[in-house]
Amino acid sequence: MNKNSNLSVFLNGFFKENPTFVLILGMCPTLATTSSAFNGLGMGLATAFVLFGSNTVISLLKNLIPDNVRIPAYVVIIATFVTVVDMLMQAYVPALYSSLGIFIPLIVVNCIVLGRAEAFAAKNNVLKSSLDGLGMGLGFTMALTMLGSIRELLGTGKIFGMTIYSERYGMLVFVLAPGAFIALGYLIAVMNKLKKA
Amino acid sequence: MMTYILIFISAVFVNNIVLSQFLGICPFLGVSKKIDTALGMSGAVAFVMTIATIFTYIVQKTVLEPFNIGFLQTITYILIIAALVQLVEIILKKVSPALYQALGVFLPLITTNCTILGVAILVIQKNMNMLESVVFAISTAIGFGLALVLFAGIREQLSMTKLPKGMDGTPISLLTAGLLALAFMGFSGIVK
Repeated sequence: MNKNSNLSVFLNGFFKENPTFVLILGMCPTLATTSSAFNGLGMGLATAFVLFGSNTVISLLKNLIPDNVRIPAYVVIIATFVTVVDMLMQAYVPALYSSLGIFIPLIVVNCIVLGRAEAFAAKNNVLKSSLDGLGMGLGFTMALTMLGSIRELLGTGKIFGMTIYSERYGMLVFVLAPGAFIALGYLIAVMNKLKKA
Repeated sequence: MMTYILIFISAVFVNNIVLSQFLGICPFLGVSKKIDTALGMSGAVAFVMTIATIFTYIVQKTVLEPFNIGFLQTITYILIIAALVQLVEIILKKVSPALYQALGVFLPLITTNCTILGVAILVIQKNMNMLESVVFAISTAIGFGLALVLFAGIREQLSMTKLPKGMDGTPISLLTAGLLALAFMGFSGIVK
C-alpha cells in the first residue's frame, strides 16, 4: 500500500502509530478514565472529536499563522474545540460528563492533540489532516475501550455493564488506581510481543 | 490551621496527584529516570503551579465570575499558564541564572503538564479560598515530587535488572508505578 495514500494515513492511528500502545502519548486520560468500558469509549470519542476538529482547522489556517506564535495559536484552537465538547457533553450526556469530570477540560493538555497538530496538521493538506485526526482519535478510542473492557471485566465481571461472571469473583483492585497501571503495563507488553512476532 | 494540615496530608499522601488522580503521568514516566532530573522537574512544577494557581484564581474571581463567562475557563487558563511559563523563564534567566540552569530545560515542558491546569481547575471546583488554594497547590507539587523521586529511585535500580524482552521500557515502568500506587493506597481513609 502506498505510504501516503489517504487510507493509510487514516489507518496509521490504529496500529502502526497507535497513540496509546506505540507512541505512549496521552497517558493521563488513558489511565484515569478507563475504570469501565463505557467511560473509556466516551473519553475516546470526546478526544477523537477534538483531534478531528483541531487538525482540520489548524491545517486550514497553517499558512496564516506566523511561525513564532504557532503554539499559542494551536492551543487556542484546541481549547475552543474542548469547550465545545465540554458543553455538548454537559447538555446531552450528564452522567458520563460527571464521571469523566476534570478530564474533559484536560483534553487541552493531552499531548496527542498538540502532537498531531505540530507533527501532521502543520505540514499536510486539509483532507489528510482531518483523516489523520480521525484515525488517531479512533485508534485512541479503540485503545481506551480495550483497556476499559479489560479492567471492568477483571474488576467487576462485566463488560459495558453486561454481566459475564459474578461480581463476587471480581478483583476490585483493577477498577482502582493501581489496576490501571498494571493492566496497561501488561497490555503494552502484549502489544510489543505481537509487533515483534 | 487544621484545615491546612488536612489539605496538605490529603494532597501529598492520600490523593497523590500522580498515583491516585492520574495527572502528570507523562513527566512521571518520561523524566524520572534519574533522581537529579526528577528533583529538578518537581522544583519547576512546584514553582509554576503555585504562581499559576494564584493567577488563575484571581482571574476567575475578578473576571470570569463577575462577567458570567465561566465557559471560557479552559481557554483562559491555558493561555495564562502558557504566558506565565514563558514569563517565568524570562525573569528567571535575568534574576537567577543558577536557578534557570537547574530548571531551564523543564520549563517549556510544563505548559503541557496537566497537573498545572488540573490543580487550577480543581481549586475552583472544590470552592477553596485563596489561601487554601495556595496550600493545595504547594502540597500537590510536593506530592508530585515525592512520587517522581520514589519512582526515579526504583528505576535506577531497575535499569540493572534483566527483563523479559516485551516488558522492557514502558511496560515495566507502568507495573512499577502500579505497585507504587498500591502502596499509596495504604494511606486511603486517613483523610477524606
